[in-house]
Amino acid sequence: MNFGVVQFPGTCDERDAVLACERVEGASAQLLWHGETSLDGIDAVVIPGGFSYGDYLRVGAIARFSPMMESVARFASDGGVVLGICNGFQVLCEAGLLPGALLPNVGLRFVCRQVGVEVVNAETSFTRACEPGQVLSIPVKHTTGRYYAPGVELERMEAHGQIVLRYAHDGNPNGSSNDIAGVSNEAGNVMGLMPHPEHAVDPLTGSVDGLTLFTSMAVARV
Amino acid sequence: MSEPTVEDAIALGLTADEYALVCEKLGRAPVQVELAMFSLMWSEHCSYKHSKKLLGTLPTEGEAVFMGPGENAGAVRVSGDLVCAFKVESHNHPSAVEPFQGAATGVGGILRDIFALGARPVAVLDALRFGEPTSERSRYLLDRAVAGIGHYGNSIGVPTIGGDVYFEGPYETNCLVNAMALGLAREEEMIKSAAVGLGNRLVLFGASTGRDGIGGASVLASAEFGEDDADKRPSVQVGDPFEEKKLLECSLELLARGLLVSLQDCGAAGLTSAASEMASKGEVGLEIDLDVVPLREQGMEPFEIMVSESQERMLCVCEPSRVGEVVAVCQKWEVHGTAIGTVIEERVMRILQHGSVAGEMPVEALVDDCPMYPIFPEKPAAPLYPAPEGTLSVEADLHATLIALLASPNLASRLPLFQQYDWIVQSRTVRRPGDADAAVLALPDGSALAASIDCNGRRVACDPYVGAVEAALECAANLACVGAKPLGTTNNLNFGNPERPEVAWQLTEAVRGLGDACRALEAPIVGGNVSLYNQGVDGPIYPTPVVGMVGALPSAEAAGRMGFAHEGDAIALVGWNKTPSLEGSELAKLRGEPLPDGLPGYDLDHEVRVLDVVREAVRSGAVTSAHDIAEGGLLVAIAECCLAGEIGADMDAISADLGFVLHFGERRGGFVLSGPRDVLAALDVPLDLFGTVGGDVLRVGDPGGPEVSWTLTELRGAHAALAPLFP
Repeated sequence: MNFGVVQFPGTCDERDAVLACERVEGASAQLLWHGETSLDGIDAVVIPGGFSYGDYLRVGAIARFSPMMESVARFASDGGVVLGICNGFQVLCEAGLLPGALLPNVGLRFVCRQVGVEVVNAETSFTRACEPGQVLSIPVKHTTGRYYAPGVELERMEAHGQIVLRYAHDGNPNGSSNDIAGVSNEAGNVMGLMPHPEHAVDPLTGSVDGLTLFTSMAVARV
Repeated sequence: MSEPTVEDAIALGLTADEYALVCEKLGRAPVQVELAMFSLMWSEHCSYKHSKKLLGTLPTEGEAVFMGPGENAGAVRVSGDLVCAFKVESHNHPSAVEPFQGAATGVGGILRDIFALGARPVAVLDALRFGEPTSERSRYLLDRAVAGIGHYGNSIGVPTIGGDVYFEGPYETNCLVNAMALGLAREEEMIKSAAVGLGNRLVLFGASTGRDGIGGASVLASAEFGEDDADKRPSVQVGDPFEEKKLLECSLELLARGLLVSLQDCGAAGLTSAASEMASKGEVGLEIDLDVVPLREQGMEPFEIMVSESQERMLCVCEPSRVGEVVAVCQKWEVHGTAIGTVIEERVMRILQHGSVAGEMPVEALVDDCPMYPIFPEKPAAPLYPAPEGTLSVEADLHATLIALLASPNLASRLPLFQQYDWIVQSRTVRRPGDADAAVLALPDGSALAASIDCNGRRVACDPYVGAVEAALECAANLACVGAKPLGTTNNLNFGNPERPEVAWQLTEAVRGLGDACRALEAPIVGGNVSLYNQGVDGPIYPTPVVGMVGALPSAEAAGRMGFAHEGDAIALVGWNKTPSLEGSELAKLRGEPLPDGLPGYDLDHEVRVLDVVREAVRSGAVTSAHDIAEGGLLVAIAECCLAGEIGADMDAISADLGFVLHFGERRGGFVLSGPRDVLAALDVPLDLFGTVGGDVLRVGDPGGPEVSWTLTELRGAHAALAPLFP
């Protein structure tokens, strides 16, 4: 299992994502430079957090045009497993690989906090190592994390099991519609989430609950 | 272009005598660019002309020191060949004008100091001082400064892991924003800033150069440009964390590829300071061609280019054959990279424009020949500061007093601020703000680094010597509570006008205290910053020698916590060899009492022994929790341990009836430890066992006497008093 972790100028959590992937038994991980296009030897793609291109135009809006994202879009349409975390989630929405959009938090402030995240759908390529209803302790850290999709779209997503993760215990940190923390595409091979599972892989730094997402991705491939 | 005059020099901050000395050094009157460069290099900020002699008394050497003062930051050895570079720097005046950009560029500047040494920045801490939050302006400054720190630190991927905030009236018109950064590198990865190798090229890389932050030199600008020529006016420096993120990665890649001879950041005084200090350290000269410097706008004058404080720029020296590779790495990271100069033998700074010499100055005159000035300390005959405005009656009972203290601005929970910062990026943060007294970062070999920053300016105002000792003791105590031993110290001396005898006295006494404490703690001062003239119409700020300390502990797993955790654990008060005092305490402030003239002193040998015992108890895992007793005294410390652990405590050996000296009196060097009773009782330090962890109530009262109790919900509600400031 070889994870590819995309690095744009302004990406911040790429090293953390590589470390998290490498904690999965038998897995390796490598950085993918935004200006390149090759996904040779890559079994799954992670688009990590940060502020790609400074996020000055609109979060994720510039990164979607990078050469690497064109390759990632092809990889996804061929059924490849792609996980977007925080800024990666924003990029995937901008790229049209996931429905909906991320808006500024209701509080309009950056919020860094450990939250409970409920696994709503435990049958995806990203959650199959989890129990249904399990609540994972994972941190969030963002200013633009309020998930939004039109009502009709939300209903359709709920019906198709595309709402994969929800903020638990009334702990919605950003005002997301339906407490949504993570969604997948209809095919189930692309997922984005605002919480940072790569920062919940080590008991020393607080929690190991995020590791199950990476483990699930490895299981998915087998 | 008319020649600048002595009046221009004075307007730029030089004295008439200094101007005469510049003329003498040059053998002629300076031209515009030369005068601008001298005025900056001979400013207090660059020359330390009022403080250098005092700074020379500070201890700078020790076993762990890898790089002492003089480089962009200091550095200490941590474990194996791993080195930690760290420094604190102020951005006070810009933050008072424009708090968001002022604070943001403060973070940007200190990060550049760290990666200029070849170290990857791994953490930021901030020391913030504002007027009382009852003032609308103070609330605005706090809100925007916190947003600015978050904006920069969060966006660049460096965690903000700690800091402190104090609210006091004397900071109302002159807030303080001090930022400290830590970086990690292997010994062999570190680089210095000296320009060496005749014929080597000087490369400017990063952002382009504009008219921002031209500061004092604006006097020259306005003398030359028409009154309404607004587009040529200098503007406030604006930080761009994205540009800095690219600059950081670019710098580290240039170093990793072995392309650089030396590296230096462009901070205050821009190219002028960066280039002339590189030349001075390398004992060489530099020839700089302004025609090739990437500019934001056309028609910039030589002095504007040389003094511009445009952010996110670095200077490096490389061999001529490496220029192509250096520029290619810059292109990869999408930053400008331009060879703008050459290392020359003649020890001059030669500025070229349009093929002719626009200015030429001996390096030594610029960097080393600024006259040094003695200061004339004199203890003020009358109090310098008015009594704080009282908010709590002396009649308030024990219950109401603890609630008032926990809700007071200096003691209330900092969580509403800290949750606006990313403290987890880079996957090292083992103790986040609120978990423990110091921040803890895990290292690859299983050991850990701890950091703390502190200074209670009001205590320093009461007694500059003792207050400065306390600031250093507080940092060492914070480190001990996580099990760390100090490796080194950085400091930021924030004071008023040193030409005033009373401020000179504060400065002299505080530096003496800092020196004595750091010598005793074996925590040498490896770098720092001086910020003087922090003074408004109401007088000087509280003297604020901010102390930042870095320490090491053998195992990240064993890092201590402050919260009580185990039902039935005993609680001990450890360390005090003298009773605390309400004079100069947080309670005295709430009661509106005047500042005392002097504070009780410390036996530093005793303090060091206590720190050793506490540190060892934490490291060995013998105790469950450790927290030092600081502002608000013993009961506040216990309440904080209850809140952090979300568990109550029964203090059945503390009378609820004994006045408030034991409950709320202050003195550094005391600790609240929890753990097994026999383990605590065996600690070889002054010690009282006076309670037990458990329940959901904090109760005080000895058998037969009155008792007072607080529910955790009550304590939590009071402690959350700052939350409404960040709706």
